[in-house]
Amino acid sequence: MRYLPHTDEEIASMLGVVGAKSLDDLFSAVPPNCRRTRGMNLPEPLSEWDLNRLMENLSITVASAPEYKVYTGAGSYEHYIPQVVPYLLSRSEFVTSYTPYQPEMSQGTLQAIYEYQTLSARLLGMEVSNASMYDGASALAEALLMAIRITRKRRVAISCLVHPLFRRVVQTYLAPTEYEIVELPYLPSGRTDLSSLHNLKDLAALAVQSPNFFGVIEDLKEPADLAHDQGALFITTFTEPLAYGILKSPGSFGADIGCGEGQSLGIPQSFGGPGLGMFTTRMSHVRNMPGRLVGKTVDTEGRQGFVLTLATREQHIRREKATSNICTNNSLCAVAATMYMACLGASGIRELSQLNHDKAEYLKNRLRNAGCKIPFASPTFNEFVVEMPQAFEKTFARLLGEKIVAGLSLKTYYPELNGHYLFCVTETKSKEDMDLLVKELQS
Amino acid sequence: MSDVLGATGLVLNEPLLWEKGQPGRRGFSLPARDVEVSPLGESLACRGPDFPDLSEVDVVRHFTRLSTWNFGVDTGTYPLGSCTMKYNPKINDKQAALPGFSAAHPLLPQELSQGLLRLMFELEHLLAEITGMDAVSLQPAAGAQGELTGMLLIHAYHKSRGRKPSKILVPDTAHGTNPASAALCGYRPVPVASNEQGILSVESVAKAMDDDTAGLMITNPNTLGLFEENLKGIVDLVHARGGLVYGDGANMNAVLGIMDVGCTGLDVLHLNLHKTFSTPHGGGGPGAGPVCVKKHLEPFLPVPRVLEKESKVVLSDNFPQSIGKLHAFYGNVGILIRAYSYIRTMGAANLKRASQLAVLNANYIKERLKTTFHLPFDRPCMHECVFTDKNQEAAKVMTLDIAKRLMDYGFHPPTIYFPLVVHGAIMIEPTETESKDDLDRLIHALQAIAEEAKSNPDLLHQAPTKCKRRRLDEVAAARKPVLAG
Repeated sequence: MRYLPHTDEEIASMLGVVGAKSLDDLFSAVPPNCRRTRGMNLPEPLSEWDLNRLMENLSITVASAPEYKVYTGAGSYEHYIPQVVPYLLSRSEFVTSYTPYQPEMSQGTLQAIYEYQTLSARLLGMEVSNASMYDGASALAEALLMAIRITRKRRVAISCLVHPLFRRVVQTYLAPTEYEIVELPYLPSGRTDLSSLHNLKDLAALAVQSPNFFGVIEDLKEPADLAHDQGALFITTFTEPLAYGILKSPGSFGADIGCGEGQSLGIPQSFGGPGLGMFTTRMSHVRNMPGRLVGKTVDTEGRQGFVLTLATREQHIRREKATSNICTNNSLCAVAATMYMACLGASGIRELSQLNHDKAEYLKNRLRNAGCKIPFASPTFNEFVVEMPQAFEKTFARLLGEKIVAGLSLKTYYPELNGHYLFCVTETKSKEDMDLLVKELQS
Repeated sequence: MSDVLGATGLVLNEPLLWEKGQPGRRGFSLPARDVEVSPLGESLACRGPDFPDLSEVDVVRHFTRLSTWNFGVDTGTYPLGSCTMKYNPKINDKQAALPGFSAAHPLLPQELSQGLLRLMFELEHLLAEITGMDAVSLQPAAGAQGELTGMLLIHAYHKSRGRKPSKILVPDTAHGTNPASAALCGYRPVPVASNEQGILSVESVAKAMDDDTAGLMITNPNTLGLFEENLKGIVDLVHARGGLVYGDGANMNAVLGIMDVGCTGLDVLHLNLHKTFSTPHGGGGPGAGPVCVKKHLEPFLPVPRVLEKESKVVLSDNFPQSIGKLHAFYGNVGILIRAYSYIRTMGAANLKRASQLAVLNANYIKERLKTTFHLPFDRPCMHECVFTDKNQEAAKVMTLDIAKRLMDYGFHPPTIYFPLVVHGAIMIEPTETESKDDLDRLIHALQAIAEEAKSNPDLLHQAPTKCKRRRLDEVAAARKPVLAG
């Protein structure tokens, strides 16, 4: 086996040093009542060739771009990833190292994560970012728990236009401790209905997503003010951070926590994971923040360097009193996002963000002109809801045969929106692609 | 030190990203604009974030230079205890990058994602067979989230029986994530002391276990690298008093093909695919922390479950007792693909041999170094061994100094100051992928350092001298945090 370097002679000589007769002899501490009585029934080992063939055969059964034109976003976005990103990210010094516990020989990861923290904070208009979390959903759950810790209140309000699957994760995290979750309905405009907020007392946090699950850009000023009037933290979440290339940032509206999914920033979709849980807040809350943090310092010769810092918040020091149970971060994904943001630059992200918006507007208009209804009138970013004609399900199935995935049916998540579909258009779709989609819809 | 690995060479300096570049540079190729500009209203729009403008070459040189300041498993021996820094096979990265996998949308119609669903279905069954457990969820995104899942399962189990215990037992050797995960479920962790042999006794658990206790979290082999020999008796006792036992599988690399977790009676176990199953650690993630359960906990597993129906694999949410979701989608699928590739490459015999060699390597190091460094528990160890700095105290040399000096010899240091039950712990986990030559080199380096501690302790106090940076001021970093530029 090519990963196991020991020769029989070496094993014999090492067993001699250890004082064991055989490899089995090394396990004398394992009592019979903990032992396997039979071998593991696993498939025979595969050569590289056979493994390649097996995996190729599995992977070709999965629909993916560019062969398929997928108009689904909903928390996972198809964006072009410059070749520079996977190339640099495959540097094994980044890939095969671990959490930078020993900063002197981990300065590469540490500086890259410090840069990630900086660019993330700038993108979201916030003061401080952590080194990343698992995904947007668990980042939101942790944000709500952080607000509960800070305010010492037990109730949180969440817009029902926060990604439905994020809300499921929030429920899981908050269920055992019985914190109360109040869901806010939506308005005919496709924005969150905040009217019931006045009646809610003892609110720890209000969480709103923008662009929301319908793709609609929320007006964040009003919820921010309402939350702060009540002494609650205002949490802005997102699934499409690229929107902040042209949209006003959460921080500019006074968000206390800005968190969400960063997969759009140069990370492959990979069937939903691994992604990037982005988490930013105010410096005044930093000691209540979950997750790893990299800080700037100097070495004994006075040279700039970076270390993991504020560890007294964390589980390995505080144990059950820690701000979270999280141990590591999604470091390599955070480094990918840093590389991606570095490639884009200020002008690039603005242009790419605008292009996403404009392409989505193009398709929205084409569909509207083709007789589809756009039920929510508020401005959107690169996703929008369309009310499709009767019996669209058949058309949807036919289009799958044409290698087009025509959006995501909303009825699973919002039963009242039967016949409504969520469409996403990114820079990866050309005008020609969209014209074809509209033509196919009409035929 | 003429033949030592650690050497200095030309390493370049590199400023922070925003200290480079010029406005107007571009490192990104945008597609041609084929639609009209559609301006956003002024109330919504802004000028965009303050990012530096860099060329593609700027970006490539920047991250290439940064990477050279890092040390990974591919650079050299990385005996970081409890982290299982084994070799990460390159062929597995290739599989995860296949377009059908890496470009798959998670909400595709299920008939268009059969290959991935099939892989996940099979991986669940492979992990169940390897552990001897009945059912698996691949959803937890990391070991700590696997622990949390385990706690949520135990919580849901008790709740379904109308019980609401408030405590959970956690041995004093546990990782900090254990009590932190328990606390997220509202449980108060109650520490249980390990005995003079470094393991738990049935008696100490019996003393702490009562009706208000949800169960026990146990890491086996434990963080001292010792097998919990009383495991079965402990599990039976906890069960008899209405509790459940959660197994932290962080150290499963020691016992593949040896231990039957199912027959020990453990109710739930999490695995770290980035440790035992060779997926890269990535500088601190992403990993994956699947949970394996016995039959009675299966109804509570996260949804969606991956099921086989009429030769198709389907996702099902139809489990009313489920604890819900831990991840927006299905977990870190890109990591699952790598672990699946690893298991299919290794097969049963090689996985078992990996554990045997991991244990052989650890015992070899323990035997060779136990006259040099103080060994608090002189017993056969499993995949890791724990020394202390007691023998070096007289020279005023501490564990930290030994670790830093080891860098100059070209090795990543072991885990230090953990487990907490050992003062000045030096926890070495070589893993099976280090050859005897590599181990001998590490042993010689540690022996040389112990000699230096006597003859010239300043070499240790001043170390490291060959890294990109000398010792960094962590106190100043925490006192006046600078977390963004």
